[in-house]
This record gives sequence, structure tokens and C-alpha cells, in this order.
Amino acid sequence: MLRLLLRGAAGSARKNGGRGPVAHLQPLRQYSSSQSSGAAKVVAASLLTVGGGIGGTVLYAQWDHKFRATVEKNVPYSDSVFGLILGPAPQNAGPPVRKQVRKSTEASVEATQIISASGDVPSVPAPCDTEPTVVTGNTHEHCDECHPAGPEAVLHGADSPTEQLVERPAEEVSARLAQQDQDEQNSPPEEKSVQWKDLEAALMDRTSAVTDATAALQKANEALDSLRTTIRNSKDLKVAAARPLVLAAEENLHKMAVDLDRVVAQVQSAEAESKIVSQYSDLVQEAKLQFQKEVSSLTPEIQANWKGLTGKLSTDDLNALIAHAHRRIDQLNRELAEQRVREQIHIDAALQQQKLEDQRVLENAVSSSLQHVKEEARLEQERKMNELREVMEAEMRTQLRRQAAAHTDHVRDVLKVQEQELRAEAEQVLSSKLLDQETRHRQLTQEQLDNFTLDMNAAYARLKGVEEAIDSHLVAEDEARRAHQLWLSVEALNHTLKTAGAEEPSVPLDSAAQIVRDSCREDDFASALAEALPAESLSRGVYGEASLRARFNSLRSLVRRVALIDESHNSLYQYFLSYLQAALLFEDQQVAPPTQLSSEDLDPFKLLSYASYCLEHGELELAAKLVNQLKGEARRVVEDWLTEARLTLETRQVVSLLSAYANAVGLGTTQAP
Amino acid sequence: MSERELGRKLDRCLADGVIKLGTGLGLGIVFSVLFFKRHTWPISLGSGAGLGMAYSNCQNDLRSHYLLHRNQKVGLDEETT
Repeated sequence: MLRLLLRGAAGSARKNGGRGPVAHLQPLRQYSSSQSSGAAKVVAASLLTVGGGIGGTVLYAQWDHKFRATVEKNVPYSDSVFGLILGPAPQNAGPPVRKQVRKSTEASVEATQIISASGDVPSVPAPCDTEPTVVTGNTHEHCDECHPAGPEAVLHGADSPTEQLVERPAEEVSARLAQQDQDEQNSPPEEKSVQWKDLEAALMDRTSAVTDATAALQKANEALDSLRTTIRNSKDLKVAAARPLVLAAEENLHKMAVDLDRVVAQVQSAEAESKIVSQYSDLVQEAKLQFQKEVSSLTPEIQANWKGLTGKLSTDDLNALIAHAHRRIDQLNRELAEQRVREQIHIDAALQQQKLEDQRVLENAVSSSLQHVKEEARLEQERKMNELREVMEAEMRTQLRRQAAAHTDHVRDVLKVQEQELRAEAEQVLSSKLLDQETRHRQLTQEQLDNFTLDMNAAYARLKGVEEAIDSHLVAEDEARRAHQLWLSVEALNHTLKTAGAEEPSVPLDSAAQIVRDSCREDDFASALAEALPAESLSRGVYGEASLRARFNSLRSLVRRVALIDESHNSLYQYFLSYLQAALLFEDQQVAPPTQLSSEDLDPFKLLSYASYCLEHGELELAAKLVNQLKGEARRVVEDWLTEARLTLETRQVVSLLSAYANAVGLGTTQAP
Repeated sequence: MSERELGRKLDRCLADGVIKLGTGLGLGIVFSVLFFKRHTWPISLGSGAGLGMAYSNCQNDLRSHYLLHRNQKVGLDEETT
């Protein structure tokens, strides 16, 4: 560290020596080689100026590509120059930064050489200038990323910058140290002015880098604070599952804080190192200003850039300048002597200051490391507690599970018993209810069925009644029709009977009888009657009453003549006698027959008169009956007439029966309207 | 017609009587002429026989209804037994 400081101081002193008091250089040069007076001075000054300008532009172009592009555009052939010196236009800032670093290291080294040539202020480790640049660049980049993320993203975001912070400074410091050692030997003095300019530029960069670093540090702190608050909030939430995550987040946070502290320490050390450089550069600047003021006070017409003054100054001015310079040298020698005297005191003071600083730094470091350790211990404790908690939780869970299992078993048993009891009860209730329901249902259905059957029966009976009524109506109508038909046929039959003319029988009744038979097919009585018609009447017809009457009248005389003839009396003599009787006996033509026939009434003559009386009065039947009483030959004589009469009577009877029946049936069936 | 039967019978009798009488008469005459030297007695005999036969036929004819003939009787007997 101390060697670094010395080296850096030497380098920066050389650089400062090269850059800053160029006013010293100039008069030194002029003092050592006074024969190369104004022209050489002017030439040298001009050369220096040009070289410085070109070097500055080149350096700035190396650092700022926009500037390089502008220069290339505006100044012809500058691009080839840049290409020669810097190589082609680079794309990323890393190597240029490194190159810049190297250049700046070279410059710083040369500056320190220059400064050591003058043998003045200790050098400052220039590499530390550029460190913050890189540091800030990275932190700036990455801490921007930190902000929007959640705890884990913040973790990851904060991890990388710290890592990079860790990596780059160590790397670059070593690189720079090596280069510094190398370049200390190599840098020629004529580049010192260039290096001085470079140093100034680098210093400016450093300051900007420092501000950027502080800004980045602030941002990183903010990020870490936000993460801390997030972790605290999540802890407050007390969600068990998040605990390991929270723990991991805390650990990461701790690590990041550690890294950040480390880097901050490095930065601070760099800062401390660079403080001296800055102080020196401030001093140099101040001296420069003062010298310039003196020069300007001496030579008021000469302004700002004294480098371009070669050839313009008069000898008086130059003498004044030399005198002033001598005076200044004397003063400085005096001061140097004083300084040598006070060196030890200064060194002691500086050492004391440094010790104080170191102590402070140490205290800070100790406190920070103590905090870190405390934090680590707390985290460890938390972790252990979490593990223990988990273990306890697992154990408790198993115990609880066992208990729960036992409980569930017991509950299950109890439930089973209860279930059975309840089921038995419920089944009983259910069965009783079902029985009730069923009986009720059956009753209802039975009632319904009964009602239904009753209704059906009633309906059926009614239907049957209706049907029967209809049928009977049908039947009645049928019968009526048949009766009518029968009646008609009987009337026809009757009519045919009437067709019996005198002496001719009626037409054969067969057709009419057939019709009658046809019309009374279902009627047994009528058909029996129709059957009862004598065959003779059917085939031959019957005689009418008139013809029978006439015939009887013709028969009467014959019967009178054979009145005495019978089985025993049937000789011719009897015949003669009966003829005689008939001639001699006179009876009444017609005598009303008595209601009862006595034996006397059986006399043929009487019978005949009775019969004729009956015949005259239309009582064929009685006449036939009376005639039937005749015996013997008389009977034989009237036999045919009797059969005819009987036939007629029969037919007439049948027909009258039929008609009566037909009438009766018709009467029965026909309804009065 | 049963009432015409008597008339028919009587017609037959008469016809038969006439025939028989005639035949008898004729025969009587014939016989009398031929055999009995014109006595009247064969004529009267013949006519009388003739008449008698006619009378008897007539009577039988008139009586025939009341008389049961042998075959009828047999039939009746057969029927009854």
C-alpha cells in the first residue's frame, strides 16, 4: 500500500511535473540551455502545444467516440491518424477503458517521472483514478437493474455488481501495478506534458467517476434497504412457507452488504489514495494559477496560454520573467529548506493523520465486520431455528397424525355403532310407514276398483239394457215385419179362399200356403198351423161355402131317398121303400137345430133340415156336424160332401187361426201412433 | 163324388136290368122258339131270370159296400191277428 502510494505519488508527481509547472519547465529549459533562446523556446513551446493538442485530442477521441467521429468528419486525414494511433474505431468501452487506463497509467507514470525528475511531491497511484470509473460504470449499470425487481431479482441484481466490483478492481489493480512498474522505466520525458494533460483529464474523469460511484453506492444502498424492508414485511406476514425463502433472501442480502462494504472500502481506500493525488493536483493547479497570476502581473499584456508565447516576449519581459523566476527559485529553495526541516514534523503529522485515518478505517472495518459477524450469527441462528422448527413441526405433525388416527378410529367405531342403531330404528320406522302406506294404498285401490267395477257393472248393465232394448226393438220390429208379412200372406190366403167360385174350388192354396209358410218360418205356431193345412186344399183348393150349400141342396133329395138304407137294410126293396118314404115324407125345409141333439133328432130328415138351416145361416160347421150324424147309405152318399165340408172347415179354421194369430201378433207388435 | 155313385149304380142296374131282361127275353124267346115250342114260359123264364139276375146284380152292387169280401176279411184277420 505504501509502496503503491509512493509509486503513484512518483508517477503523478512526474506527470504533474510534466504537466503542471510547465512554466517551471520552460524557464528550466531556458535556464539549462539558454543559448537556444527564444526560437528554441518558441519551437519547443509550439511543439509541446501541438503535441499536447494532438495528444489530448487523441486521448479524448480514444475515450469519446462521438468526438472521434466529429473530428474525423471535420478534419481530413484524421481518421488515418486515429487509425494509426488508436487502431480502428472500437465498439465496446471495455478495451478502450483498459487502453485509457493503460494510457492514463502511462501518462501518470510519465507524470510521476517528470515529477520525480523535479524531485518533488510524492506520486499518487494513478490507477486508482480510473478504478472508480470502471466501478461506477458497472455499479451504475447494474444498480439500475436492481431497482425494479422483487427480493430475488434484487438479490441477483445486487449479486452481479458486487461480484463485478470484486472482480474488476482486483484485476485492474494488479494489471495497473504491473504496467506502472513497467512504464516507470519506459516513459520518455517529452511525453510528460502529454501525460500531464492526460493526468488532468484522468483526474476530471476520476472526479466524475467518484460522483458516479457515490451515486451508484447510494442507489445500491437504496436497493438493499428496499430489499430489507421487503424481507421485514414478509417476515411480518408470518407465512410459514416463505420462511426459507426469506432466510435465503436475508443471507443474500447479507452477502451483498458484505460485498458492498468491501467494495466501498476499496473505493474509499482508492479515494484515500487519490486524495493525495487530488490534493497534489489542487496544489499544482493552485501553483499554476499563482504563477500565471505572477506572470500576468509581470507581463500584463500576455494572456492565458503562456506556451504560445515564444518569440513574442521582449528581453525585458524575459528578464523580468527570469528575475521573477529566480526570485521564485530562491523562495522555493528557502521553502525547501524549511520543508526539509519541517519534514519530519510533516511526516509525523502525516503519519499521525494516517494513523488516525487508519484507525478510523480500522474502526469502521471492525465495526462493519462485527456487524457482518453479528448478522451472520443471527442468520445462522435463524437457520438453526428454522430447522429446529421444521423438525419440531414434523414431529408434532406425526404425533398429531397418530392422535388423529386414534381419534378417527374411535370415532369410526362409535359412528358405526350409532349408524347401526339408527339404521335399525330408521328401518323399523320405514317398514311401519311402508306398511301403513301399503294398506292405505291397497284400500284405496280396492275402493277404486270396487267403484270402478260398480260403475262398469252399471254401465255394462245399462249397455246391456240398451242393447237388449235395441235388440228387442229390432226383434219387435222384425216380428212386426214378419207379423205384417204373415198377416199379408194370411190375408192373401184368405183371399185365395174367397176365390172359390160356385162349383169350382178355389185356386190351389199351395202358393199362398207356401208364402205363409215362408213368412212364418221362425214362428212355430204359425208354421204348425201352416203345416196343418190339409194337403187336398193345397193341391186342389177348397170349395167355398156357397158351392157346398148348393151341393148340399142337391144332395138333400138323394139323402132323403136313401134315408132307410144301411148295412142291414140295403136290398132293392129297401131302396124302393126309402124312395117311397122320401116321396111321401115332407119335412120343414129348415129347422133350427136344438142345442142338444136327442135320439129323435138323429132322424135323417130332421138332420137334413137342421143342416140346411145351419147352412142357410152360414154355419157350415154345425151343418157338417149334423150331417155327420147320418148313418148308413145316407152317410155314404154325403161322404164326399162331408169331406169337402170338412176340408173347407179345416182350411177355414186354419186360415182363421192364422189370421187371428197374425192379427194378434200384428196387434202385439204394431204400436198405436 | 159319392152322391153320384148311387146314380151311377142305379144307371148300371138299369142298364144291366135292361140287358139282362133283354137277353133273358131274347134267350127266352129263342129258347122258346127253338126249344120250347113257343111256349111263353121260356120267355118269361128268360126275362124273369134276366130280371132276377139284374135285380140281384143291382142289389149286390148297391150292397157291395157293406159286404166284406173274403180277401178283405183275410186282410182284416191278418190285421187283427
